[in-house]
Amino acid sequence: MQPQLLEMRKITKVYPNGVAANRNVDFALQEGEIHAVAGENGAGKSTLMKILFGMEEPSEGEILLRGERVRFQTPQDAIGKGIGMVHQHFMLVPSFTVAENMVLGMEPKKGLGIHVEEAVRMTQELSDKYQLAVDPTAKVESLSVGMKQKVEILKALIRGAKILILDEPTAVLTPQETEELFKQLLTLKREGHTIVFISHKLKEVKAICDRITIMRSGTTAGVFDMADITEQEISRLMVGRDVVLKYNKEEIFYGPPVLRVSGLTYVNALGKKALNDISLTVRAGEIVGIAGVEGNGQAELVKALTGGLEGKRQGSAAVNGSEIGNADMRAIRELGVSYVPEDRMSQGAAKEESISDNIISTRYRNGEWNRGLFLRGKKIVKLAEKLIEDFKVRCSGPAQPIGMLSGGNMQKVIVARECSTDPILLIAEQPTRGVDVGAAQLVHQKLLEMRSRNCAILLISADLNEIMELSDTLHVMYGGELVAKFDKPSKVTEEELGLYMLGLKNQHSTEERGGATDAEIL
Amino acid sequence: MDSFWSVIFSTDFAFSVLRVTTPILLAALGALISNKAGIVNIGMEGTMLTGALTGVIVSAYTGSAWVGLLGAVMSGILLSAVLAYFTLKIKTHIILGGIAINMFASGGTVFILYMVSGDKGTSTSLQSKVLPNLHIPLLQDIPVLGPILSGHNVLTYISLLAVAGVYYLLKRTPLGLQLRSVGENPQAAQSVGISVVKIQTIALLLSGFFASLGGAFMSMGYLSLFTRDMTAGRGWIAIAAEALGGGSTVGTFVASLIFGATNAMANALQILKIPSELVATFPYAATVIGLLVYAIAETRRKKKKNS
Repeated sequence: MQPQLLEMRKITKVYPNGVAANRNVDFALQEGEIHAVAGENGAGKSTLMKILFGMEEPSEGEILLRGERVRFQTPQDAIGKGIGMVHQHFMLVPSFTVAENMVLGMEPKKGLGIHVEEAVRMTQELSDKYQLAVDPTAKVESLSVGMKQKVEILKALIRGAKILILDEPTAVLTPQETEELFKQLLTLKREGHTIVFISHKLKEVKAICDRITIMRSGTTAGVFDMADITEQEISRLMVGRDVVLKYNKEEIFYGPPVLRVSGLTYVNALGKKALNDISLTVRAGEIVGIAGVEGNGQAELVKALTGGLEGKRQGSAAVNGSEIGNADMRAIRELGVSYVPEDRMSQGAAKEESISDNIISTRYRNGEWNRGLFLRGKKIVKLAEKLIEDFKVRCSGPAQPIGMLSGGNMQKVIVARECSTDPILLIAEQPTRGVDVGAAQLVHQKLLEMRSRNCAILLISADLNEIMELSDTLHVMYGGELVAKFDKPSKVTEEELGLYMLGLKNQHSTEERGGATDAEIL
Repeated sequence: MDSFWSVIFSTDFAFSVLRVTTPILLAALGALISNKAGIVNIGMEGTMLTGALTGVIVSAYTGSAWVGLLGAVMSGILLSAVLAYFTLKIKTHIILGGIAINMFASGGTVFILYMVSGDKGTSTSLQSKVLPNLHIPLLQDIPVLGPILSGHNVLTYISLLAVAGVYYLLKRTPLGLQLRSVGENPQAAQSVGISVVKIQTIALLLSGFFASLGGAFMSMGYLSLFTRDMTAGRGWIAIAAEALGGGSTVGTFVASLIFGATNAMANALQILKIPSELVATFPYAATVIGLLVYAIAETRRKKKKNS
């Protein structure tokens, strides 16, 4: 057995509110490996990594680095011992340049001031060494997500990180960017770095990692060499049952069109066409998926349909023949539309409020739920209890503040709220982002149930697996346009979708180009 | 109307703009530094007032204007340290902390003034000193510019140098970079081992330093004595100037000049037959209008950025 580079022994972390996030967790790293940490949301991965990076102190247990006992009270302590972390939400200052972000807190000095040229040179040198191409003088706010991630990795390396913790690094990347990241991680591994790779995505874990530590409800469910374990086994250990990635979709005869968008065009304040001639139809009982890299108009499309778009637009969007126009969300909901927003923290839920208050928030005006000025408390609690049971929400009861739930359980409450009003159209925006496999699966099943009940569903998602598996019709959005449409989404490969998502292919312009060539031949 | 323009277009008026701008500018620079670190110090008014009184008392007892200035600065820093302790260490809300500082200073200065001089209104009975005016050789002989730029109080020159100093501090020094990172993304700063509390404390102390310089100017330059509530809203106008300046050093300077000019105009127009009560509202009206213009521009800019 190789000597352990790092060992966390019997780590227990109990938060002041009594939640035990880690119980007797053992975790070990060998030098030069890529080690996956997999587990559901709330399984304790983040807590364990926060402890390793000095952001939290363990209640019990010890950390050994190269056999020596260490104690990390702040991230600075961990950084000092060669541990670096790439957070899921980037820790970058948007208005600073790449070089400024790199040297923040360890600025090279010239006299009293910062030695800017030296900072740029240091950045460039490291960027060349690890083949992580970045422009040191570019402002971070102007960079793509993939670029920002490179800056984050370099930031850890410039601080002398030998152990790199990556927290769900691929969650925000396109398939192509993910592939590039993997190449870079292998380069780092060759250079002798040790990498901790936190992920939900079993395929990726399988593709790049040497070993895996699986966590489940705060404890270690096992440590395996990647060669000895299959994806099915990993997911079973994670969630305690086999995750069925295939869903049985009933054959359905679609009803009449519910949502009809035609020629929708929107020019934003910068003069850019955020939406360019969008036309699509969602029929009753049909799931229409929209895939695409974020920032290609999906947000504007959803806003146009949910009353969030300011300013003029051309074209039309109508629900059952009623034009949406500039109506606000309340009026749109009265047409029978439900909406699961992308950002559950700020848009989807009122964090401080109870589960039942959050559930009632979209319908308390309805006479069924109030008696004039007062709400029908008992009836509301009953509804909340029923939904909690139906959606298997893990909580202490309807009165628990929703912000105390894990991401997955919070999302279940929101989806429960939106599905339980018998909508004729459900707009679901990234409905399973950042939630655990179990919750994602439940959300998917509920969406399919809604489909069976003849609800029209517009699904906007960056998760290719989800959108390919659930959609009956799949559009790809790029640069404000729908560039591709597939009637059998499950037959398309991820690679092909990626080409459309990155704008390398376009069904419409290919045809046009084809036409032009024909004309030339003639 | 002729007399109006002859008042405005005179070297005396331009001179008085710089003079009147000084306390606003100094406090605005203080507000700028704390805002850049993401902590809104609304205790500027109270800190100025405290500095003004301390300067008078210390200079009267020591017989030295410079020791008085040092005392004023120490009092401003001390008061900000108290604010920092309450808001950063034991997590009182910063706005409540700022209000407390202002109310404490407003009442406390009168109380201390009464204890020291036996007068609740002014410090006439104290033999306080005044900071010197500087006549700059060569510059004072240039026509037009000379009378405008030369002969100011030493703190007026310090305030102008401070603009350059604060610009350099924020843009070019490690402390400035860390300060701005704390204000913009505290998690990012923390993740590289920067102590947010430490940086914000430094920012608050610096803002107290500048506010008390502004206060000292009021009682040891602008006037030669302390009167109750003599800052008359200049601390608030300074906060407005910082906001109007869009959070940049140069913008803060320009906005302070604008407020200084309206202030000077209010002073100058009192010789004309305009009711003095109306004229006295100018600086405050200008503040409201300035903030309105700023808010509209900012909303437009944000809309543009978001869509």
